[in-house]
Amino acid sequence: MSIRTPSPSVFRPQRRIDQSVLDENRKLIKQIDRRKILRGTLSLGALTMLTGCDVTDRSAVQSVLRAVSEWNDGVQAFLFNPNKLAPTYTEAQVLRPPRYNAYYEIDEVKPVDVASWKLELSGLIDDKRPWTAQQIYELPEQELIVRHICVEGWDYIGQWSGPNLKQFLQRVGADLTAKYVMFRSADDYSGSIDMATALHPQTILATKYAKESITDPFGFPLRLRTSTKLGFKNPKWITSIEVTNTYPGGYWEDRGFNWHSGL
Amino acid sequence: MTEVAVHAPPRRLRRTHPLAVRIMHWTNAVSMIIMIGSGWKIYNDEVLFGWLHFPDAITIGGEAQGALQWHFLGMWIFTLNLLCYVIYGLVTGRFWRKLLPVWPHQIIADTRAALRFKLSHEDITKYNAVQRALYIGIILVLIVQVISGLAIWKPVQFQELTALFYDFQGARLAHFVCMALIVGFLVVHVALALFVPKTIGAMITGGPEVDDGRQPQRASGE
Repeated sequence: MSIRTPSPSVFRPQRRIDQSVLDENRKLIKQIDRRKILRGTLSLGALTMLTGCDVTDRSAVQSVLRAVSEWNDGVQAFLFNPNKLAPTYTEAQVLRPPRYNAYYEIDEVKPVDVASWKLELSGLIDDKRPWTAQQIYELPEQELIVRHICVEGWDYIGQWSGPNLKQFLQRVGADLTAKYVMFRSADDYSGSIDMATALHPQTILATKYAKESITDPFGFPLRLRTSTKLGFKNPKWITSIEVTNTYPGGYWEDRGFNWHSGL
Repeated sequence: MTEVAVHAPPRRLRRTHPLAVRIMHWTNAVSMIIMIGSGWKIYNDEVLFGWLHFPDAITIGGEAQGALQWHFLGMWIFTLNLLCYVIYGLVTGRFWRKLLPVWPHQIIADTRAALRFKLSHEDITKYNAVQRALYIGIILVLIVQVISGLAIWKPVQFQELTALFYDFQGARLAHFVCMALIVGFLVVHVALALFVPKTIGAMITGGPEVDDGRQPQRASGE
């Protein structure tokens, strides 16, 4: 039994190849494959040396993680259905008072003085005149009883009311084709959301919780309440809104939390 | 030509664990470790059970945001690999060949034999009934883990999935329970593999050749 495989040549007479030769020479074929794999692993090792890429390099790992997080932003934007409504609940299920969370403890909250408070507008907005609390209270109100979900894993059902963000943006002549809406807060917190979420029917500028004015720890006088984003994407004590096409980041987003964080 | 025709069609021999299975097995192993380690860190921020916190030393990601980044990187590797594996298992028939049949009386008999250390490990090309039941079980758990993960990640967009687990916390609990089952499986799986070390070799080199009963693709007519 010969173990030599005839070399494939165009000069060889064309005829049907006897398949049994594959079985007879199985061992040889296997060996060739194994060599190839061995050679392959060696060249892969050589390749990493050539590029000077060190997989243990912390910053290289970090940049991969960041890149995947950005890719996930795109996936989430794709998954976001602007017509899909968040589930709503009954008043009996509402938690009173809501659960507090910020990057500092509740006793460090600095209440906002509503008399001097103004909502500033900037960026791609026609009418940038600032708004007083009284002017905002006069806008039509929308109520949401939705689940607040924190990135940490806890949740509660909250009852929020205030002007619809889309209607507000339309009223001030914002460019609704812009990419981002950025919110800045009195406590140096900030956060930005995609325009699709800003225009979602369940995104409001909340002034009330459980039909009463929001109390200081929860964002008095104005906070964002999206129904389709994690809790940290809802800045409290808002002092300014900016519409922009330049990625504005945000407090936690700049610290590595996923930017889109859509629910 | 006539000489070839009178031969019975040659059977095609394959490795117990074809290369594709080995690649998917080790990819899964790495992704599982990423998912479990980072998941423990995420869990620590809001524990389901007051008595249970995972020591930072055995978590992945450092801070919560790092753990989340690892988790949402690992999810792609884990989910796509699992998807490939399930499709492979169904299309090639590996699932039916290796995991079926699995009857309760066989499981009981093999469990008894195993506990008396009388279960044969001579032939590692065939799974015993306990292995079959465990492998079927863990594949199902992994699938539920993906579904509960999606339910936690997208409780609005995939609210129908979240509703399968009652609510958001129900999905978290299911995700935790599946994690615990996977960790439990992992401990038993690794312990038994170390007990019969040639199974580890087989998952690296492919193991003994087996006749999987499939005809070669270009079988000649009878």
